[in-house]
Amino acid sequence: MSVIIHKDTKIIIQGFTGKMGTFHAEEMIKYGSNIVGGVTPGKGGQKHLERPVFNTVKDAVKHTGATASILFVPPAFAADSAMEAADAGIKTCVAIVDGIPSHDMIRIKRYMRRYSRTEKMTLVGPNCAGIISPGKSMLGIMPGHIYKEGRVGIISRSGTLGYEAAQQMKNLDIGISTSVGIGGDPINGSSFRDIIEKFETDDETDAVLMIGEIGGPQEVAAGEFAKENMKKPVIGYIAGLTAPKGRVMGHAGAIVSAYGESAIEKVEILKDCGVTISKNPSVMGDTVKSVLEKM
Amino acid sequence: MDIHEYQAKEILSSFGVTIPRGGIVYSPENAENKAREIGGSKWVVKAQIHSGARGKAGGIIVCNSPLEVAQATDKLLGKKLVTNQTGPEGKIVNRIYIEEATDIEKELYLGLVFDRSSESIMVVASTEGGMSVEEIAKEKPETIIRSKIEVAVGIQSFQARELAFGLGVDPELIARASDTIIGCAKAFSELDATMVEVNPLVISKQKQILALDCKMSFDNNAMFRRNKVSELRDKSQEDEKEVYASDRGLNYVSLDGNIGNIINGAGLAMASMDMIKLAGGEPANFLDVGGGATPEKIVKAFRLITMDKKVKVILVNIFAGINRCDWVAEGIVQALDKIEVKVPLVIRLAGTNVEKGNKILKDSNINYIEASTLEEAANKAVAALK
Repeated sequence: MSVIIHKDTKIIIQGFTGKMGTFHAEEMIKYGSNIVGGVTPGKGGQKHLERPVFNTVKDAVKHTGATASILFVPPAFAADSAMEAADAGIKTCVAIVDGIPSHDMIRIKRYMRRYSRTEKMTLVGPNCAGIISPGKSMLGIMPGHIYKEGRVGIISRSGTLGYEAAQQMKNLDIGISTSVGIGGDPINGSSFRDIIEKFETDDETDAVLMIGEIGGPQEVAAGEFAKENMKKPVIGYIAGLTAPKGRVMGHAGAIVSAYGESAIEKVEILKDCGVTISKNPSVMGDTVKSVLEKM
Repeated sequence: MDIHEYQAKEILSSFGVTIPRGGIVYSPENAENKAREIGGSKWVVKAQIHSGARGKAGGIIVCNSPLEVAQATDKLLGKKLVTNQTGPEGKIVNRIYIEEATDIEKELYLGLVFDRSSESIMVVASTEGGMSVEEIAKEKPETIIRSKIEVAVGIQSFQARELAFGLGVDPELIARASDTIIGCAKAFSELDATMVEVNPLVISKQKQILALDCKMSFDNNAMFRRNKVSELRDKSQEDEKEVYASDRGLNYVSLDGNIGNIINGAGLAMASMDMIKLAGGEPANFLDVGGGATPEKIVKAFRLITMDKKVKVILVNIFAGINRCDWVAEGIVQALDKIEVKVPLVIRLAGTNVEKGNKILKDSNINYIEASTLEEAANKAVAALK
C-alpha cells in the first residue's frame, strides 16, 4: 500500500460544484481517482458529475465512507472547511487554495490537537499542488501524465518545481511512489518532517527527494530527522540562492528572516545531515539517479 | 503589508498602549502649529517612511522651538531617506510625525512575531531597547526573554507579568507594563498582524511606560477582512513596478540584474533565478505569473518586464501542467502582438503538449531563442547579453 493515499481511497471534493472544484474533479476522475461525491452547503441531494452532493462533510462521510477530501473553497472559508473535514473523520485532507491567513492556519492546527495521534487528520497544504501516487490515485491538481510509477518519494513546497523534478526523472526513466506538495505558506498542515517520516516507513519508497526553498525551519528539521532516524537516502534541492534577505519571494513563506533560513545555510546544514544535494534545479533527476545507482 | 510608525501608534493606543502626544503633518506651517498644540519645550520631528534605522539616516530630529520644528519638517519633506533597510534608492518622505520629547530613564525591547517552529505567536522582550533585535540576539542574547501565546485563549495576565518582571520593571509599574504587553498581543491577534514591534518601549523619568517607536506588519492574505488596516497602505513607500504588479495579481520583486524573468510558480521562479546566476548572469526580477500562467497574466507580465529599462534579455520559463503548452504559447504570441519587445527573448516551455506549444511559437512571426531545459534556457539568456 502506498503512503497516504492508495488506489481505492474514497475521495470527496469540498467546494464540489464550483468552477475550480468541477474542473479538477473531472481531471482526477480521468486519472482514475476514486471520487465518490462532494460537498456544497445548500446543494445536498443534487447530483454533480454523476456523483452525489452533500450539505455537510459528515453526511458525505456517512453515505460514501470517504476518508480523503480536497478543498476548492475560497481562502476566507478554507479554515472552516478543513476543520469540518477533521471533525467528520476525514483522514487525509488536501488544501489547494492559496491565500489562507496565517492566523487561520494556526487556529486549524490548534483545533486538530483535540484528536489523538491515531485519529488525527493529515492536512496537506495550503497553497500546494496536492498528492499523487502515480498509477494509483491523484488527490491534487498536477498534470498526472508527467509522473512515472516507481519507487522514489518527492516532497516539494513548490508545485511547478515539483513538476520539473517529476519530468526530469521521467526522462531518466525513474519512477515515483508518491509526490506530496506541502505548499508555500509559512504555516502549513504537514511539514517536510511529517511527510519524510511517512516515506521512511513506506515499503514502496526507496529514496526521497526533498525540494525546499528559502524561509522557515522545516527543511532543516527534516534533515535532522533524516540524520537521526532514516535508513533511506535523502536527496535535496533548495531554491532561492539569489533571493534577497527580508523579501517575500512569491510564496508567503519564502522569506529569509532568521539564521539558517537562506538557501546557502540550508544547503550546508542539510549536507551535514547526510542529505545529497542537487547543486542546481536542472540536475535534480541526475542527482536522484546517481544516488539510486549507489544503492 | 507594512504601515507607518504613526499609524501603528494610533492602533496600539486604541489597544491601551500609552504613546507620547503627537500628530501627523504635511507642511512646515502645519508642523509649527502642531508643536504649539502639543505644548512643552522639546519636540521630535520624525520622518515617516517604511523603514527602521531612520535616526542614523538623519530622519529623526530633536527640536527646541516650534520654529525649529518647522525648519526640520521643511528639511525632511519630499526628501528621499536612505537607511540600511531601504536600499540605495531610499524612500520618499511625504509625512512627518511631530511628537513631544520624552525624558527616558530606561529603554526596553518588545516584539511579537509568528514563530514558525512552534507555530504560535511569540513575544520577545529584552532590557536592551534601542538596538535592533538582530543586534540584541548577537550581542546580548542573555537578555532576551520569550513567551509563547496560546492562540485559542490569547495572552494571559501571568505571562505579561512574567515578562514585565523579567524586564526588571519596578513593582509599582508592573500593572502598566503588563497592560502594554497585553495590548500589543491583542492588536496582533485581532488585526491579523504578522509583526508588532515596540522599540524602544521606554520608562520615562515621570514613571510612564511609553511606546516610543512602533512598527506593525500585516498578513496580506487577511486583508479581505481588514478593511481599515488595508486603507493604511502607502504605495509611495513601495517600488513602483512592485505596486503595478501587485495591483494586477502578479508576484514580483525588483532586483538589480539585467535578465528579466517571466515564470509560473514561485519555486520554479526562484530556481530559474538561481540557474541564471550559476550561468554567470544576474536576474532583474522575480516574477511568478501563477501556476496557471493564463494568457492575460502573460500579457501583464510582458508589460511589466518591458517597463524595466535595465532589462537586456527576457527569459520566459513556463512549466505547463493542466494549462497545456499550446495554450501558453498562444498567450505568448498574443502578448507579443500587443507589446513590443526590443531585447532578445529566450523561451523555454515544458510539460503538457510541449511539441504543440513549440510549433505554435515557431509558426508565429515572433523572434525568439528556443530552449528545452532549465539549464539551456539560463545559458542562452546569459549568452544573449553579449
